[in-house]
Amino acid sequence: MAVESGSKPLQARQIPVVTAARAGAAVCLVLPLIAMVWVNSYARLTPAFIGIPFFYWYQISWVVLTCALTAIAYGLIRHDERARRGHSGTGESAGGSA
Amino acid sequence: MKHGINGVELAVFTFFFVLVSVLGFLAARWRRAGDALNLDEWGLGGRSFGTWISWFLLGGDLYTAYTFIAVPAAVYAAGAAGFFAVPYTILVYPLIFCFLPRLWSVAHRHGYVTTSDFVRGRYGSKGLSLAVALTGILATMPYVALQLVGIQAVLDVIGIGGNASTNSFVKDLPLLIAFAVLAAYTYSSGLRAPALIAFVKDTLVYIVIAVAIIYIPLRLGGFAHIFHASAQALAKVNPATGKPRGELVSSAKNQWAYATLAFGSALALFMYPHSVTATLSSRSRAVVRRNTVILPLYSLMLGLLALLGFMAIADGVGKGIKGYNSQLAIPQLFDNLFPSWFAGVSFAAIGIGALVPAAIMSIAAANLFTRNIYKDFLRPDATPEQETRVSKLASLAVKIGALVFVLSLDQSTAINFQLLGGIWILQTFPTLVSGLYTRWFHRWALLAGWAVGMVYGTWAAWTVASATQAHFGGSSKLIPGIGKLGYIGVTAFVLNLAVAVVLTFVLRALGAPAGSDETTEADYTAESAVEGVEERPLAEAH
Repeated sequence: MAVESGSKPLQARQIPVVTAARAGAAVCLVLPLIAMVWVNSYARLTPAFIGIPFFYWYQISWVVLTCALTAIAYGLIRHDERARRGHSGTGESAGGSA
Repeated sequence: MKHGINGVELAVFTFFFVLVSVLGFLAARWRRAGDALNLDEWGLGGRSFGTWISWFLLGGDLYTAYTFIAVPAAVYAAGAAGFFAVPYTILVYPLIFCFLPRLWSVAHRHGYVTTSDFVRGRYGSKGLSLAVALTGILATMPYVALQLVGIQAVLDVIGIGGNASTNSFVKDLPLLIAFAVLAAYTYSSGLRAPALIAFVKDTLVYIVIAVAIIYIPLRLGGFAHIFHASAQALAKVNPATGKPRGELVSSAKNQWAYATLAFGSALALFMYPHSVTATLSSRSRAVVRRNTVILPLYSLMLGLLALLGFMAIADGVGKGIKGYNSQLAIPQLFDNLFPSWFAGVSFAAIGIGALVPAAIMSIAAANLFTRNIYKDFLRPDATPEQETRVSKLASLAVKIGALVFVLSLDQSTAINFQLLGGIWILQTFPTLVSGLYTRWFHRWALLAGWAVGMVYGTWAAWTVASATQAHFGGSSKLIPGIGKLGYIGVTAFVLNLAVAVVLTFVLRALGAPAGSDETTEADYTAESAVEGVEERPLAEAH
């Protein structure tokens, strides 16, 4: 996080495309993809949870995990977008059309 | 099903149905602002919905009655393969987290009502925009029809309509009434009607699932027993095919199909016009993004719901009946195990669950017709008032078309078309999503890619046979070059993308005209005025 704000002089108005916040968000968003597409990693019956085979309770718990990961990504990106908006000043509102 | 009409179930079902119908008509006055003649008002609820309304609306829109019936029905019929809906709805949210806010922003800046509006503005190509619009309408029609199948399944189990009666008019009368009411309030209230009704629908659905997932396993002797009984039933060899009915865990040969189905369906979901309509009705970019975080709650519900398929197996629903319609499994399970009044509540949840998406889908298809066919090709000088009128009439036409579809053709045709619709709509992904990030792709290359994907997908689906059908028997086929079973939609999508990339290089080398682009980079990150106030606490309070 310190990389993009601390080490640069004030004149450098451009925030780099890849920041720690964006990279973190990307990791949060890619993890569910890897976990779910890798079917072989969860295609088994045991350990069962209250009688539900692993295959089913594992995927259902990924719903909750994904929710948490997306929430983290949301926080990181909002932070990042505010920083960018702050940098670009009032220029952001230009260029619109009806 | 031979027990005749269940009076208590019917009474409870009718009560909730009347309640939501009243809400549907009152919705016309709810949160109304500005110019009622503008298509934004009727077709997008005035683009005014905040986080919670959007959550209910999108949830009610994406998790349809058909989903409630079909997902557990697929699990009931084949076990693990039907559970792909869970990874599918997991993958969807990280994905849309990335591109949906950009779509909202650019649509907000330029007043786009449909995805085709955006495609026309971005690529300066009416042809490409028309291709996207036609694909959207084609894919949506059978989806609306399937919502009717959901209502039919419920009516069937209650004992009215369907198989219960011999007279074909009496048989279809309840469905006709339900549809007339739906059509009337959609016409008068637009997108506000399903937004308001979604509250009732989702509350009922959450109650029913919570009760079902606790009460039914207790009645059936616990999950261990349920899965034990299911494992035995699924292992039984079907004499017609010589293969077992299904499996409890995806075996190695089915894992590619499982993963590609989940991934491909996730890519496709927000290409559907009704998903986009519900998204664009949000008040701000932040509302869209927040919803990608809280919508997975519905997926949790869907996961639990899918397990009901095993409970239906364990309960012996449809056991020994030749050619049992698995779509009836879940309503039948509720009918068998719940007291009549609560079965009535659960049927109301499914029935209303069909009305919300059916309304949104017909509005979305109507908007596409109005904006991208009527205005672009037939009446370029149409006023906003004319647009709204045409859209209202088109929404009626879509619903009548769906009704005719369901009543005149058998259910499997609707399901086949729904399967094709998923493959087709996925072919608009390269155009739409790449356009949100870059103008690198050439518009003609995208059009060619789309055509290749459509043709391959339709042909491949046609060649798939199943035990009961010679064509359109499933959504998976051997992937050429890999030799594993995989979702046809994804194979077609890869071909589509490859054609688009190669032709873009060719067309650029030839210097083919790229077309004009009316958007700027800042449009894709633009915030609404409303959110701007929220974002800047230093701005004057009140």
